[in-house]
Amino acid sequence: MTRSNGRYDAIVIGGGHNGLVTAAYLARAGKKVVVLERRHLVGGAAVTEEVIPGFKFSVFSYVVSLLRPEIIRDLELPSHGLEILPLESTVTPMFSGDYLATWPDADQTRREIARHSLKDAEAYEEYSRLMGLMAMAVKPIISMIPPDPTSLSPRDLRGLLKVGTHFQSLSEKHFHLLYKLMTMSSADFLDEWFETDVLKATKSASGIIGTFMGPRTPGSAYVLLHHYMGEIDGAFRAWGFARGGTGAISESIKRAAKALGAEVRLDAEVTKVRTKDGRATGVVLVNGDELEAPVVVSSLDPKRTFLTLVNEADLPAEFVSDMRRFKIRGSSGKVNLALSGLPDFTCLPGVGPHLRGAMSISPSLEYVERAYDDAKYGSFSQRPYMDIILPSMIDPGMAPPGKHVMSVFVQYAPSTITGGWDNFKRDAFGNAVIDAIAQFAPSIRNIIVEKQVLTPADIERITGLTEGNIFQGELALHQLFFLRPSPGWAQYRTPVRGLWQCGSGTHPGGGIMGAGGRLAALEILGAAS
Amino acid sequence: MNRSLPGTPFHARTAPLVEGQTWRRWAGYVVASSYELHHDREYHAIRSSAALFDVSPLFKYHVRGPDAVRLMDRVVTRDVAKAKVGQVLYTPWCDGAGKVLDDGTVSVLSPEFLRLTSAEPNYRWLCENARGLKVTIEDTSDGIAALALQGPNSRLILEHAAGTSLANVKFFRLTNALIRGVPVTITRTGYTGDLGYEIWMDAEHALPVWDALIAAGAPYGITPAGILALDVARIEAGLLLLDVDYVPARKALIEQQKSSPIELGLDWTIGFDKPAFVGHDALLAERERPAEWKFVGVEVHWEPLEALYTDLGLAPRLPTTAWRTSVPLYAADSDRQVGYASSGCWSPLLKKYLTLAHLEAGSADVGTELDMEITVEHRRKRARAHVRPTPFFNPERKRA
Repeated sequence: MTRSNGRYDAIVIGGGHNGLVTAAYLARAGKKVVVLERRHLVGGAAVTEEVIPGFKFSVFSYVVSLLRPEIIRDLELPSHGLEILPLESTVTPMFSGDYLATWPDADQTRREIARHSLKDAEAYEEYSRLMGLMAMAVKPIISMIPPDPTSLSPRDLRGLLKVGTHFQSLSEKHFHLLYKLMTMSSADFLDEWFETDVLKATKSASGIIGTFMGPRTPGSAYVLLHHYMGEIDGAFRAWGFARGGTGAISESIKRAAKALGAEVRLDAEVTKVRTKDGRATGVVLVNGDELEAPVVVSSLDPKRTFLTLVNEADLPAEFVSDMRRFKIRGSSGKVNLALSGLPDFTCLPGVGPHLRGAMSISPSLEYVERAYDDAKYGSFSQRPYMDIILPSMIDPGMAPPGKHVMSVFVQYAPSTITGGWDNFKRDAFGNAVIDAIAQFAPSIRNIIVEKQVLTPADIERITGLTEGNIFQGELALHQLFFLRPSPGWAQYRTPVRGLWQCGSGTHPGGGIMGAGGRLAALEILGAAS
Repeated sequence: MNRSLPGTPFHARTAPLVEGQTWRRWAGYVVASSYELHHDREYHAIRSSAALFDVSPLFKYHVRGPDAVRLMDRVVTRDVAKAKVGQVLYTPWCDGAGKVLDDGTVSVLSPEFLRLTSAEPNYRWLCENARGLKVTIEDTSDGIAALALQGPNSRLILEHAAGTSLANVKFFRLTNALIRGVPVTITRTGYTGDLGYEIWMDAEHALPVWDALIAAGAPYGITPAGILALDVARIEAGLLLLDVDYVPARKALIEQQKSSPIELGLDWTIGFDKPAFVGHDALLAERERPAEWKFVGVEVHWEPLEALYTDLGLAPRLPTTAWRTSVPLYAADSDRQVGYASSGCWSPLLKKYLTLAHLEAGSADVGTELDMEITVEHRRKRARAHVRPTPFFNPERKRA
């Protein structure tokens, strides 16, 4: 790669967290990089916006669970403003008026679960420890470039050997457990551990977040594990709430990238990747500007990258079919509320530590599974699963003094809703969400100042994520590791030479993790040297 | 809502005594580290008069039914079937690989009624092992309060309080009695290596028992004592502590953190002749192999320790409380690390620096010389030490 005026060494399409991470790593290696962001701010789905004056919403993604510690370290994100505050408890209100809580402290959690089941209280500690161990076991896989099992190249063979040796190092017991996690439904997996329905329901929720699966869908247990990965680098506190909302994470990566010399252009939508003789040569912007670079990296989802930005004629037919088949069904919506005060939950009246953590609306496994049933047959959940937090209770700067913001992650809201989403359906969806909250906090309606209701169609319209899928593609076993997003193209390369991919649609996938962005950059730099 | 950890059933009595608000956590309760600002007097009460400890946070399980003994024999390593009614057994228990999960006592209250005490929750483990057996298992951890009265005057005080002679209650035996009309079980057990008793009662009647003991004990120097004093006494007695001297197998993150009862010096608790118990086969196989690790006493020599300080113009600085960190032990005059001490204290009674240590078997014979790492004025030094049998302190009166 050489430098010349007006030309770049690399162009990154999309200023989401992965695009910014890729740009920062490329800039760190001395490359001349530009990030092109369609919107007026960076972050993609990790943005903070003052949608209602005085009230700041983490509009889409709302907690940080998986951001890789090596990225925090390498890019010195804390010195660029990243500050992650603890978000440690989960409280699930029950229809009986009782609740189930897990607190950050093991003694408090044991006492609490013991109110429901003594056995579960003890099983919970063992379960948490084992899942932590399993996440440790899988972590090296997350941090590696997936080897192609059908390739005989020395690098792929070395990679496969590493994976094989690693799995061999697992004890028999742990290997069996991993096998179960890879194949079972989260409900079945949790049935092996616990007897308390509300505990299973709440735990199962992390097996369905962002996926088009119910707790009884085989394969959902893997997503449980995926969410445990963030909890293993304790000292980094990779799990929590970013001060200033998730947009602050994107802003800190942007500042790091700029400090390293990267350029970030806003309001710069890319309409086409230019190619010549099967090679990417640059991009065309919506205003007609053209930028040139021998390396073009797309952080957009695989469908948008390959079915919109690239000329299909430049791609092998089989690959195009793969991309068309790539499962990316959006399943979640988001409701952001500006509140005049704090909500009052029937199970825990008044102000308390529960309001500083997550409130999980998952009163029973059946409740969550029925929520999925609605989606399976083409409508949003009448009684949805919800993950609720009050960011202003963690970071008071998110709302005017004394007022609050509530972030409600809602599942299921299928992108494939019968007849498509429209304003009428959005209103009905928003009302269903408020009704479902009111089941457990009846006074919620009295304190709503304003609400922002986002359906998968809205998420797609604003962020560009195809079908509003927050993971840029289902985290299902057939779409992971060397199959993400497509067999043979899991190493951040694409069939178009010089065109790379770095989004959540690549290994290891979803969450504000940044791993795809980092690994893609390392791979690009490796190819150049 | 109140998330505060609860006090024990004795909290109403103990709380006013804690002069420096020095509370600590124990099994989900808060208990006193020491009542006075320094724990010295509380420690000396153990050895010279009588110390009263609130040990209610121990986990307790009542196992009842025709198969109560069978269940216990499946779980623990000691041979419970051989024990008589009225006997108390100290025992560890293991996972299937023969690694220690926990340790505690089994009281044989009647042929079909046993009480297990433990440091960790064990309800689920007992239930899992009870499949197919005719037993009921009850977690009585919150329902049963417990006191430990330890020291040379403990028998006199308890006899006065209970109005009965305890002459026939031998070491690790139990009896039932009434204190101020409250039915109690008295076991001749403790965690100090001294003459002492533990008193078990319903939590709701805990306070009258406390009051009776304090009243009866006043002329004999009864002194409420906290965990700091207990910690020194248990090291002198060579008694190990879960989470400090060993990692329970369930909490171990890697294989090498686990210990077998043999490696912890608890060979004597293993009922190899029992038909089967969890971990039996693994322990049988381990017995056939030469031991890799041993758990022993190590005494640090005074003169070389003193010299490390006098060289700098300082008087020797001794630990004022028992420490619970891992301290490297080296072969004498060598850089080869042969183990680590996991607990240590200055014994105010014996005037010796004592530690409990894990050593490679080849360096664990009594008398073997070692060097212990010690930080003097910010610099790491080594002090000569040697392996000693435990208990370091073992008075006649303990068993008399």
